[in-house]
Amino acid sequence: MEVSSEYAVQMHGIVKRFNTFTALDGVDLDVRKQTVHAILGENGAGKTTLMNILYGLYQADEGTIHMGGKEVAITSPTEAIEHGIGMVHQHFMLVENFTVTENIILGDEVCGAAGVLDMRKAREEVMALSNEYGFDVDPDARIQDITVGMQQRVEILKALYRGAEILILDEPTAVLTPQEIDKLIEIMHDLIAKGKTIIIITHKLREIMQSADECSIIRRGVYMGTVDVKTSSETELASKMVGRNVNLTVEKTPAHPGDVVLSIRGLTVKDDRGIEQVRGLDLDVRSGEIVGIAGIDGNGQQELVDAITNLAKAESGSIKMKGKELTNTTPRNTFVSGVATIPSDRHRWGLVLPFVVSENTVLERHVDDEFGKGINLDYDKLRSYTTDLIKQFDIRPVGCEDERMSGLSGGNQQKAIIARMVSSEPELLIAFQPTRGLDVGAIEFVHKTLIAERDRGAAILLISFELDEVMDVSDTIAVIYHGQITGTFAQGTVDENKLGLLMAGGEAK
Amino acid sequence: MESFFLLIGITLMYSTPLVFGALGGVISERSGVTNIGIEGMMVIGAIAGAAGSYFTGNPWVGFLAAGVAGALVALLHAVASVSFAADQTISGVAINMLAPGLALFACRSFFEGAAMSPIAPKLPKVLGESGLAGTPFVNLNVNVTTVLALIFAIIMWFVLYRTKWGLRVRAVGEHPAAADTLGINVYKVRYVCVLLSGMFAGFGGASVSIAIISQFTQTAISGQGFIAMAAVIFGKWTPFGAYGACLLFGFTQALVIILGGGDFVVPSQILSMLPYAMTIIVLVLFVGRSVAPKADGIPYIKGSR
Repeated sequence: MEVSSEYAVQMHGIVKRFNTFTALDGVDLDVRKQTVHAILGENGAGKTTLMNILYGLYQADEGTIHMGGKEVAITSPTEAIEHGIGMVHQHFMLVENFTVTENIILGDEVCGAAGVLDMRKAREEVMALSNEYGFDVDPDARIQDITVGMQQRVEILKALYRGAEILILDEPTAVLTPQEIDKLIEIMHDLIAKGKTIIIITHKLREIMQSADECSIIRRGVYMGTVDVKTSSETELASKMVGRNVNLTVEKTPAHPGDVVLSIRGLTVKDDRGIEQVRGLDLDVRSGEIVGIAGIDGNGQQELVDAITNLAKAESGSIKMKGKELTNTTPRNTFVSGVATIPSDRHRWGLVLPFVVSENTVLERHVDDEFGKGINLDYDKLRSYTTDLIKQFDIRPVGCEDERMSGLSGGNQQKAIIARMVSSEPELLIAFQPTRGLDVGAIEFVHKTLIAERDRGAAILLISFELDEVMDVSDTIAVIYHGQITGTFAQGTVDENKLGLLMAGGEAK
Repeated sequence: MESFFLLIGITLMYSTPLVFGALGGVISERSGVTNIGIEGMMVIGAIAGAAGSYFTGNPWVGFLAAGVAGALVALLHAVASVSFAADQTISGVAINMLAPGLALFACRSFFEGAAMSPIAPKLPKVLGESGLAGTPFVNLNVNVTTVLALIFAIIMWFVLYRTKWGLRVRAVGEHPAAADTLGINVYKVRYVCVLLSGMFAGFGGASVSIAIISQFTQTAISGQGFIAMAAVIFGKWTPFGAYGACLLFGFTQALVIILGGGDFVVPSQILSMLPYAMTIIVLVLFVGRSVAPKADGIPYIKGSR
């Protein structure tokens, strides 16, 4: 592509090596001014590395960067900021106990004499900026007290405050609720209208279709081309990203539900602040069926799962597993009763990151005689067992039995959890946000595994904040709102609008 | 009435070295570097203060020398914990073990093998040596270091909460990666703060050796650096909070003296435990509740975000 002033950023032939590993191998990126340009790729494809080079956090080993037709060298974030580049990191770079204003001015403070802060003026500037773009942030609120969506707007304001013309958004929707995503897309279009250019890193196809003008695709560090989003489709983007045809629709045969496995009656659970989050909830899950729970985050999903797995105390009601009472016993009892859980946050609940993979695969089962008698742990047995799982579930890199879990990519960590849970042949499998943060290929794998487990005869309880996922995978869809199930439908008998209405607390007609 | 002023006077006197030590702790920990070596830096400050004052005849030279010596020791801590990302607790403990030996060695080389320094000129009192003499207020004629400690506490509060430098220090102590992405040099901020920390600790040592007493002895500091660290925690990592905590600890030391001198039947050995027992009680009650700067004690390594 020719260098021209029509482009806000042009990166050509970018090569980046980390020791012997080539993260980027001759990647091109041409971003037209005043457009939203998406960079699509699987986890670990090199999207973020490319943007870190543009933002000056890394130096490219080869290649050139042009901005507005002129070649530039960017060796630090400070220089990137001077060139009008702002980056919103996936993990926000905000000081939690600072106010919004303090976070925005940090490093570029509004000062009177001798470095004394002029907070009144700073606050006015922040307010003016916020109003100009319709952000509606409270300049005096502390970061720890505002929502994630609001925090993201503070990050965008931080970049705009520094005069950014080009905004890099790294996985901006990963942490947002559907409503916040809509608001973000609105904000992005507004910024474009006011002359800004946006580069968005993502692996969510739907958001690219909704927000981007062009999309550049990177696969394992190699540039796969740029497509015009208007003339493309989700399927085309997905197959370019993964390198093979991906089936975006979930294929499954009709369910053959058997007996009730999990039966919940009148369950009430309080959160750690003492507020009732689950309010008299009733739910049945049968063997050989997938029950999907649709709902917006914070409507009692976490507390429901915690109560079933005995991580939280049930105030009242009963949870029965094949007629046997589970309520207020122990997490161990839940597991030996045939319940396996894929937790929503794999780092917090699913894995011990500093442990090696083979230790992680037997976290629940290390006490079984199979892995050593008495106080002994049979590491050879542990390793061979893990080797089988790695093969069976295609966990990469091959031969990672003795690697620390923290060294695996998110998708492979999730595969390790699923392998562990499925290999115990549970009668009930709880999957809470099982595809969170995963790319298309890994999502397909997770969905297939859930359906295979169903066909084996397990009861599956799927809880997800992604409505599409619930609608595609579940045989029965239940809506949770305000700690209660407000509607139950067989798959195919309900549409998105109706579910959306119920999720927001409306009445079903 | 007289004993009331006596109590206040002694409280202020004994809290002064603690305040300097605690201010050192606050500034270092606010930037994200734990400084357990405050004790050691105070010991070095004590010998440097006494020696400087003795050889020049000017106690102010001794006071400044103490600050410089403390900062030099802190430089060791900064190199280890900021540049080389070493474990900050170990680095601090090493300084605490090194400092008493180094101080004794310096003392023996300066003063012909003596384990304590000769009597050195003391820093003045606020109103001169005879101010308020003969009145009940005589005990309120405190050491000039007491006033300096208060002034430094006010300055530190102002800098931390009202200037851009303070905003940056606090940001570095809470979220260094965020500061780094905004072009703030995390390493520089931490170096400056650790060096200041050593300087304050050095002042604290001198405010024992050339203000409360007038010579260096091996037991001059004996744990005051650790009490100062407890004051940092009790005071929630703020200059005024730490100042108030130091007054409390100084008060227990004053009680030791007042009660020990009277007709009470409490054995002096038990009384001497009071400041240390108080420290433990305060730590047990408050350590879990007050929240340290988030990045306190965690070395910052560029790129690992």
